[in-house]
Amino acid sequence: MKVLYPFIAVLALVAVALVGSQISGLQYLLGIALPYLAFAIFLGGFVYRVLQWAKTPVPFRIPTTCGQGKSLSWIKRDPLDCPNNKLEVAGRMFLEIFLFRSLFRNTKAEIGEGPQLSYGSSKYLWLFGILFHYSFLVIILRHLRLFTEPIPLFVKVIEFGDGILQLGAPTIYQTDLVLLGAVAFLLGRRLIMPQLRYISLPADYFPLLLIFAIAVSGILMRWVFRVDIIAVKQLTDGIASFSPVLPDGIGAMFFVHVVLVCTLLIYFPFSKLMHMGGVFLSPTRNMSNNSRAVRHINPWNDPNIKPHSYADYEDEFREFMVEAGLPVDKELPPAEKKEE
Amino acid sequence: MYDGAKIIPGLIIFVVLATFAIWYGAGDVKQVPKPEKPVGYTNCVKPTQEMKESHMTLLNQWRDEVIREGKREQVEAGGKMYEKSLQNGCMHCHTSKEKFCDVCHSYASVRPYCWDCHMSAKKIKGLEEAI
Ligand code: HEC
Ligand code: HEC
Ligand code: HEC
Repeated sequence: MKVLYPFIAVLALVAVALVGSQISGLQYLLGIALPYLAFAIFLGGFVYRVLQWAKTPVPFRIPTTCGQGKSLSWIKRDPLDCPNNKLEVAGRMFLEIFLFRSLFRNTKAEIGEGPQLSYGSSKYLWLFGILFHYSFLVIILRHLRLFTEPIPLFVKVIEFGDGILQLGAPTIYQTDLVLLGAVAFLLGRRLIMPQLRYISLPADYFPLLLIFAIAVSGILMRWVFRVDIIAVKQLTDGIASFSPVLPDGIGAMFFVHVVLVCTLLIYFPFSKLMHMGGVFLSPTRNMSNNSRAVRHINPWNDPNIKPHSYADYEDEFREFMVEAGLPVDKELPPAEKKEE
Repeated sequence: MYDGAKIIPGLIIFVVLATFAIWYGAGDVKQVPKPEKPVGYTNCVKPTQEMKESHMTLLNQWRDEVIREGKREQVEAGGKMYEKSLQNGCMHCHTSKEKFCDVCHSYASVRPYCWDCHMSAKKIKGLEEAI
């Protein structure tokens, strides 16, 4: 059920695009107006969300430690897992953002004979996660060939590397296949493993199905229902330079692809996909774990509120505590007891 | 602690990168490629729209047919027969690689590796003269 609605939603989008591509008035809407709208919502929404996060106070150090913190000089410490200064935090963040180090630590629990609980390392999520993200990045950068004229050198270099297998014409791009495989794994994982199926929501399935559909429509457009790329570039480059034109003779598959991509852009700021910006702001990763060495004072503490130690607190409420039967460090003075 | 001093510059970098396609090469005159039409011929081997979309698929198919299956029979275009070949077929009518194929390809950023081995008409001529 939870996968059914997102699936229907993606099919509906494809249907809308197929119908729209046949009507020339709607071609303007889907091919030109929608991309502008989608990009504006993506950029505006992204900035808004991050500013919203930036306004949220982070008063305390809440890094997670996964290794020995800085202590006595002869105790071996783990600078990346328990960073003590900004440089070490930068190292930890670099590994997190570029190599998904947290996912690398993924474990799986199994109940064996006995019953005996054992934890083993499980690297598949990391492997397919990283394949997915880097393929996606390469594919996005490759698309710049359709939005820039002249085409920057780095785009050509990426295209060359991606098509290095030189199979067929048009050449096969490795990343297309890797992306499809990786998304299929990430989707299959949620559908097949019972624990994951239990915690998966439509908001988990929708982006996966959408990205899968985007990849499939792009691949179909390249190898099966080919479109005139020269005409497509006139449209896309026109959009990027704010002088849009709609050349005729662009195949329907292109509109399917564009509608799906625009949906992803619009959906992005409202969804879990915001982890793209969020990963930089993970407080458990991006703070140095030095609360033993440095006293962190909450900057917006009210100076009128004085520190109140437990001893003071007990002095103030000792009578009531004794009355309520709570344990106290210091008993009431015996004289008062006698009077009772 | 709000960390605005780090978040705002980060956000600006993101916006600059995300709008790369807009500011890169802005103001340049956009020229749509105009491949040179062959003189003396009216028809391509397939309808023009189909050629624009999928000439590379056709070439791939020809290559497989000729080399793997030995099917070298000729193809018809505008009532005449032509060799099923890149150099002697396509390039028979589209004589200039530079003024035809390359014009589109540099616009679309494709560099077919076919020319590593196959020769354009100009090169063949040069070779014949040398011999
Ligand atoms: C109307 C413009 C145009 C003309 C003229 C043209 N091409 Fe292309 N060609 C393209 C486009 C656009 C692509 C890229 C399609 C894509 O990226 O999906 C392409 C791709 C190719 C490819 C596949 C390249 C690859 O590695 O993916 C081959 C091979 C090819 N063309 C051969 C030729 C030859 C040979 C000629 C000259 C006889 C020629 N083309 C003329 C537009 C053109
Ligand atoms: C008989 C000569 C002839 C042969 C052989 C031939 N073409 Fe063409 N081709 C033409 C003509 C003429 C046109 C222009 C048709 C028009 O303007 O409608 C054309 C148009 C094209 C176009 C579209 C160009 C544009 O202006 O957008 C492409 C791409 C193309 N040919 C590629 C090829 C390729 C690749 C081959 C080999 C597989 C080939 N042609 C073989 C004569 C030929
Ligand atoms: C490694 C060298 C090499 C490369 C690269 C290469 N070819 Fe060929 N090609 C050959 C050889 C050798 C033949 C055989 C010629 C013959 O038997 O007539 C051939 C034959 C062909 C033929 C049929 C016969 C003819 O004369 O054209 C076609 C069509 C063809 N190639 C297309 C392509 C295309 C399109 C590409 C680029 C995507 C390409 N080739 C890249 C070496 C190459």
